[in-house]
Amino acid sequence: MEAGAGAERLGGGLPAWALGLIPLALIAVAIGGFALLGGPGLGERTGPPVEEVTVERTVLRPGEIELTLRNDGPDPVEVAQVAVNDAYAPFSADGGREIARLGSTTLDVTFPWVEGEAYEIFVLTSSGGTIAAEIPVATETPEADPGFYGLMALLGIYVGVIPVSLGMLWLPFLRRVGPRWMGGLIALTVGLLGFLAIDAGLEGLEIAAEAPGAFGGASLVFMGAFVAYLILAGVDAHLSRRAEGAPGSADVAAAGVERGTYLALLVALGIGLHNLGEGLAIGSSYASGALALGAFLVVGFAIHNTTEGLAIVAPLRGTASRPSRSSPALLIGLGLLAGAPAILGAWIGAAAFNPSLAALLFGVGVGAIVRVVVQIAPQMRDESGRLLNPVSVVGMLCGIALLYVTGLLVSV
Amino acid sequence: MCQNQRRDAFVSNSRISRRRFLGGAAIAAPAVMGLGGLAAQGGPAAAPAQASGGSTANGHAGHSDFPHAGFAKGRSVNHRFNGFNPTEVLRDFDYGKTRRLASGRVLREWEIVAQDKEIEVAPGVRYEAWTYNGRVPGPTLRAREGELLRIRFLNASTHPHTMHFHGIHSSLMDGMPGIGENRGAGQIEAGESFDYEFEATPFGLHLYHCHVAPLAAHIARGLYGAFIIDPKKGRPEADEMVMVMNGFDTNFDLANEVYAVNTVGFHYIDEPIRVARDELLRIYVVNVLEYDPINSFHVHANFFQYYPTGTSLEPSELTDTVIQGQAQRGILEMKFPFDGDYMFHAHVSEFAELGWSGFFRVGDPSRLSRSAAAAMYCDLPWGGGSPA
Repeated sequence: MEAGAGAERLGGGLPAWALGLIPLALIAVAIGGFALLGGPGLGERTGPPVEEVTVERTVLRPGEIELTLRNDGPDPVEVAQVAVNDAYAPFSADGGREIARLGSTTLDVTFPWVEGEAYEIFVLTSSGGTIAAEIPVATETPEADPGFYGLMALLGIYVGVIPVSLGMLWLPFLRRVGPRWMGGLIALTVGLLGFLAIDAGLEGLEIAAEAPGAFGGASLVFMGAFVAYLILAGVDAHLSRRAEGAPGSADVAAAGVERGTYLALLVALGIGLHNLGEGLAIGSSYASGALALGAFLVVGFAIHNTTEGLAIVAPLRGTASRPSRSSPALLIGLGLLAGAPAILGAWIGAAAFNPSLAALLFGVGVGAIVRVVVQIAPQMRDESGRLLNPVSVVGMLCGIALLYVTGLLVSV
Repeated sequence: MCQNQRRDAFVSNSRISRRRFLGGAAIAAPAVMGLGGLAAQGGPAAAPAQASGGSTANGHAGHSDFPHAGFAKGRSVNHRFNGFNPTEVLRDFDYGKTRRLASGRVLREWEIVAQDKEIEVAPGVRYEAWTYNGRVPGPTLRAREGELLRIRFLNASTHPHTMHFHGIHSSLMDGMPGIGENRGAGQIEAGESFDYEFEATPFGLHLYHCHVAPLAAHIARGLYGAFIIDPKKGRPEADEMVMVMNGFDTNFDLANEVYAVNTVGFHYIDEPIRVARDELLRIYVVNVLEYDPINSFHVHANFFQYYPTGTSLEPSELTDTVIQGQAQRGILEMKFPFDGDYMFHAHVSEFAELGWSGFFRVGDPSRLSRSAAAAMYCDLPWGGGSPA
């Protein structure tokens, strides 16, 4: 108590904002002084400079390999020479040869690479350290012209918009089946979404492993998930408050329909963010030549993603007493919300793939899906209010199994 | 088209797991479903074939810009910083100081200092080398068969070192740690010194290097040099040069990043070695390369007489390529009958493209000044007496 009283006296008559600023000012003075004096007491740094450089992007043009390097370590790094498959090659550096911390540069390496061959590149730094880059299969990087963007859009439509829209055609069927099925269908959706969340999370972590650690690496996935969850929760809270204040909210049945639309919107958004990541992966694979699209693949994606459409319309079937009447415009909107981000993802992935951004986006997808699951899971409760009842458990298992099995179609 | 099939087999990346199965799925690409839109757009299904069609263009588009491997333009090694220039190292023979002993025998003496020194082994790439007399390779010590040699070795490095000569001598003079420490020999600690003394025998091309453990590291860091013992009657007059084939493991992963003759990668690409047409050229080639089992020397558009280890006056072979393991060495003799630029390089192509290649520039003898080496050979201080 006495200490508290002392602290209060110390504050004196200063206003609160000043008390808040004083520590900040002191920190600034301390840091400035420390830097000016060159870190008194720490002595000379020991050991050689730490060189950590990530190859963020590789672009192949006839007779030329372009590498985008990002300095991920605490010290500046100077690029001295570049060797492709154990042969030194001439190059020019667009951003200069010296890369400051977190800075990047682009090396244009002259090398007569051959379609279909694999290449190992090492960049020799001024201290003799090496930065390795790998091109598992060389193929010319598509030029980012309108035709290319059109192609990526078509790809996104094939793997995103069309399958999701097809899946939504189950809506009439869902409306015919009895209300007892409602909990099971929601459980199926939860199972589907849970699978997607885990899948996207793992993929995000895998990409993050290749991203520069200085930007967060794997923590970007978690951060993206957390931020997406919080934003969706905030939007949800905001909308609920408005709904409560709205005059129509007295009508419980009407509110139920609105609730269904709202949930469908959330599911569509979550799936949309997931498909953004999916598109990113496809686009970047296509750009790097690792993706040779075939009809089989598109069919696989279609079946796989059709289940996502089912998840979107499940909340739309309305209440037992009053089936919802969703307008075609709403349904089309939901389909686009869930499927179209695949197009955007494909564009980003093909034209400007960046592992840090990709990891973050995958995380955002995970967070959105988790939020949706939390939102719709209560509807799985049976009469006695149990969340995990026979119907919901079977429903969730079916959802997981469905995505797993259709996933095999694209992973064989 | 076969390239396309290989592509699929090669898909094994890495950055995105999806790539694996996307690529894999393409193996089963026969049209299960009409992809009219994609195909019409020259879409993904068609794209690989297109790219492959253009691959001949791809494959050769860059060739004219890439006549041979080389370092980036616009920057060269700072020889002044290094304190030595491979062009000068080439014809730099260190004869030491001589005097005639009472017995009539010639005593030849050198002073060699081991020191740590940062050197530039490729443009912009610094390497913490360990050196003899501040250069890599160390000075080319040259004597005549039968002389008494005394090498005063001072270790000014921060690490223990020795000088281990290839030759015939007593164990005390072998520069071998663990032998003769009680008499001041064996491992020479930092700040200490030792006089190596032995007879110059047998004649031929030899080498010296540090023998302190870990041996590979002590050699790879730059502690080596050529050691020539001329036969009593000498060799025919020629333009002579020394090429020590070496390499540098700049990132210390037990594999070399830079290969060279006389240290600086591609040096003789940037500064071709000037030689006179029809003049006898004698090259002392020593392989000290660490971490790789063999090295080789190959010359374009010519053949040479090869004298393995230089211990015989009769060549063993007329060839254009020799292979040497570490510490193997030999003398090459040839004449260039035509003017022009002629490449020489390791015919381990990997080494050649990582720095071990260069050019001879053959020109009109009258327009070239008499080679410094030949001049020095005539001035060889034989100790004031006839060397016979």
